[in-house]
Amino acid sequence: MSAALKLSSLALGASARVKDFPRSGNTFVRLREMGLLPGTMVTFVRAAPLGDPLEFKLRGYHLTLRREEAEQITIEA
Amino acid sequence: MYALVGNPNCGKSTLFNALTGLKQKVGNYPGVTVEKKIGETYSQHGKAIKIIDLPGAYSLAARSPDEAVTRDVLLGRRADTPQPDRILCIVDATNLERNLYLVHQILDLGRPVILVVNMMDLATTSGIQVRVGRLEQELGIPVIACEAVNGKGIVDLKLAMSRVDLPLARHSWDVPAAVSSAVAELQASLTDNDGRSPLVARAEALLLLTDFDTVRVAGSTPLCKRTTDILAHWQKHWEAEGTDWAGTLVGSRYAAISVLCADIVQQAGVTGPSASDKIDAVVIHPFWGWMVLGGVMTLLFLSIFTFAEIPMNWIDSHVASLATWVKVAMSPGDLRDLLTDGVISGVGGVLVFLPQILILFFFIGLLENTGYMARAAFIMDRLMSRVGLNGKSFIPLLSSYACAIPGIMATRTIEDPKDRLVTILVAPLMSCSARLPVYLLMIAALLPGDAVPVLTKVGIMLLMYVLGTVGAFGFAWLFKRTLLKGAPPMMIMELPPYRLPRLRDVALQMFERAGLFLKRAGTIILGISIVLWFLTTYPKHPNPAATSTEQIAQSFAGRAGHLLEPVIKPLGFDWRVGIGLITSFAAREVFVSSMGVIFGVEGSENETAPLRDALRNATWPTGVALFTPLVCLTLMVYYVFAMQCVSTVAVVKRETNGWKWPLFQIAYMTGTAWLVCFVIYQTGRALGY
Repeated sequence: MSAALKLSSLALGASARVKDFPRSGNTFVRLREMGLLPGTMVTFVRAAPLGDPLEFKLRGYHLTLRREEAEQITIEA
Repeated sequence: MYALVGNPNCGKSTLFNALTGLKQKVGNYPGVTVEKKIGETYSQHGKAIKIIDLPGAYSLAARSPDEAVTRDVLLGRRADTPQPDRILCIVDATNLERNLYLVHQILDLGRPVILVVNMMDLATTSGIQVRVGRLEQELGIPVIACEAVNGKGIVDLKLAMSRVDLPLARHSWDVPAAVSSAVAELQASLTDNDGRSPLVARAEALLLLTDFDTVRVAGSTPLCKRTTDILAHWQKHWEAEGTDWAGTLVGSRYAAISVLCADIVQQAGVTGPSASDKIDAVVIHPFWGWMVLGGVMTLLFLSIFTFAEIPMNWIDSHVASLATWVKVAMSPGDLRDLLTDGVISGVGGVLVFLPQILILFFFIGLLENTGYMARAAFIMDRLMSRVGLNGKSFIPLLSSYACAIPGIMATRTIEDPKDRLVTILVAPLMSCSARLPVYLLMIAALLPGDAVPVLTKVGIMLLMYVLGTVGAFGFAWLFKRTLLKGAPPMMIMELPPYRLPRLRDVALQMFERAGLFLKRAGTIILGISIVLWFLTTYPKHPNPAATSTEQIAQSFAGRAGHLLEPVIKPLGFDWRVGIGLITSFAAREVFVSSMGVIFGVEGSENETAPLRDALRNATWPTGVALFTPLVCLTLMVYYVFAMQCVSTVAVVKRETNGWKWPLFQIAYMTGTAWLVCFVIYQTGRALGY
C-alpha cells in the first residue's frame, strides 16, 4: 500500500487512471457519484494559490477536492 | 405538472426563465429554507402547463438540504408538494457522463421523462458532438437539443411537453448481484409499509443504498421502522463482509452510462486549452489570481459606496420633500407626526439602502452566473478552512461588509447546515455600511479641529473593519470548535466553464431577491420605526413649547435610556447615548439622527459639524465631558460588535427557521460588545484618558 501512487502526487498537467478508493465516508461516495471512480481517467490541472484545494479534470469537467482527500485515492502507475 | 431537474450549472434557470418568462412564483418549502419556484408555460394548444423548478442536484442521494428537497419532491415525500407527473431533465452537453448519472436515477422512477441536452453551442466550440437522435433511440424518450441562452430548441421542447402521450424510458438496468436481494427486501417493505408504488419503491430502495447518511429535512415524511431496520441490517452485514455497497451501485450506473456515451458522444480529438482554461490560467494564478480577486472586491465596494451614492441621494431628497409636503398639507398634530417621523422616515430609511442592496444582489448574481464565485471559493478555501469554514463562506461574508442581509441570504449555497449556521452567526460582525455614519460621527467628535485628515479617518475606520473581521473569524473558529462542532466541510465542488450570463436572467434574480429583502426587512423596519416614534413621542411633555430635547428626555424612550444607564455607565455611556443605542435597533444609522434630536441639532444627517460640536460640548451632570476621545472610541467598538439591526434578526430567524439562533446571536454579540467596551473604557480610564 505504501508503494501505491496517490492522486495528490500527480504532476501538474499529468493524467492517470484511478485505482482504488476508500470504502467508507460521505466524501468518497459523493466523489464517486461525481464520476471519480476506479478506472476513471483524471488529469491534475492545478493547485489553488494557497496550495489547497486541488483542481482535476475528469469526464469533461473540472472538479476540486482537498489534498487530504486526494491523498487517500490511489492511481495506477 | 412538470418537474425541472438537473445538475447545478447546466443552465436550468435559464431554461426555466425561457419557458416561463415572468410567470414565476417564488416561495419557500415550509420548514426548509430552500426556494420553491413554480412557473407556467403554454403548450402548443395554448393550455397552461405548470413547471416546478427543483433545486440543482448531482444525485438523488442528497448531501444538502437543496438536494434533499429535490429528492423528496420527486419521490412524493412532501405533503406540501404533489409528486410531479412528468419530469424534464436538463443535461449539459459538454459533460454528459456526469450529468446522465442523475438522469439514470430519475429514469428509475418510471415517470415520463423528456431529456433536454443544453449548451449545444458550447459543446460544438469544444469539439464535442452529441448524437441527439441516437440518444433518443437508445433511451426511448424525447431528447431535445437546446441552447437555452439563445432560445434555440425551446419551441421543440414546448412541442414535446404538449404531447399527451409521452413514452416511458427503455431503462433496464441490472442491479449488481451483491445488493440485489437487499433491494428486493427494501422494495417489498417500502411497498407494503410505506405505501409506495412498486416502481417508486424500487427507486427509493436503490437510493437508500447509496445514501450513506440520509439527509432529512423538515416536511419530509419519515420511513417506517421496518424499512429502516432492514436497511440497518444490510448495512451491518456489508460492513462485516467488507462489501463496498454504496460504491458498487454507483459504479454499476456509471458503467451503463459509459456504454451509452461511447455510442453518442464524439470528442473531436484533443483540443487545446479552452477559453475557460485560458481565463483560469490568470484567475487562479498564484499571483495574478490575487490581483483579480482584489480587483473584484474593489469593484464591489466601489460600486456600493460610490455608484450607489447618486441614486441614494436622489431617494433621500425625494423622501425629504415628501415629508415636507405632508407637513405642509396636513394640520399639525400627532397623525401628521406619525406620518412624517414614523412612516415616511421609516420607509425612507429602507428605500435609501435599496440602491446598495440592488447593486450587491446584481453583483453576487453576476459572480454566480459567470462562474467566478466558484473560483473565489477555490482560492479562499485554505484560509477559510483554518477557522473550520468552507471557501463558499467567502462571498457571503464579503457581501456582509455592505449589508449582512444579502450576505446571509447568500449562504444558501453552503451545503453543510452547520457551516451555513456559523457563517450566518458571524456575518453581522463584518462591519456593514450602516455603521459608517456612526463611525464618521464619532471620528469627527473624537478628533480635534474642524477638518479631519483623510488618512486618520481612513485609518480609524480600517481599524474598526479589521476588528469586526477578526471578531467574525475568531467566533467562527470558536463555534466550529465548540457549539457547532462538526466534520471539516467537504470541498468537492465543480468549477463550471465561464459563461456569459444573460443580463435578463441576472436582473430577474436581482429583482426577486431585492423583493424578498424589501418584504422581510422593509416591513420590520417600518414597524419598528413606528414603534420607536411612539416611544420617543409619548408620554408628551406637559409643556407644549418644550424643546425636542426635553420631549425625548421624558418619553418612554428617555425613561428606557435612564433605566439603561447603570448598565452602560461602566462603558462611559449615559442615558442619552442609551436612547441612541435603543433606536439603533431600527437601523444602526438611526443613531445619528437620534443624537441629533437628543442634543437639539436639526438636519444632522447632512452635516456632522453642528452635531459634532454639540457632542463635544455635552457633559455629565457633574460637568465632566461626555464624549471624550475614549468614549468615542468605545462607542465605535460597541457598534462593531453589538447586534442591533432588527431586520437582520428577522432574516436570521427566517433562514434558521426559529428564534433560537437569532436570540443566541443577539446574546453573544451584545455580550461581547459590552465586555470588550468595558475593558477598553476601564483600561483607558486607568491609563488616565
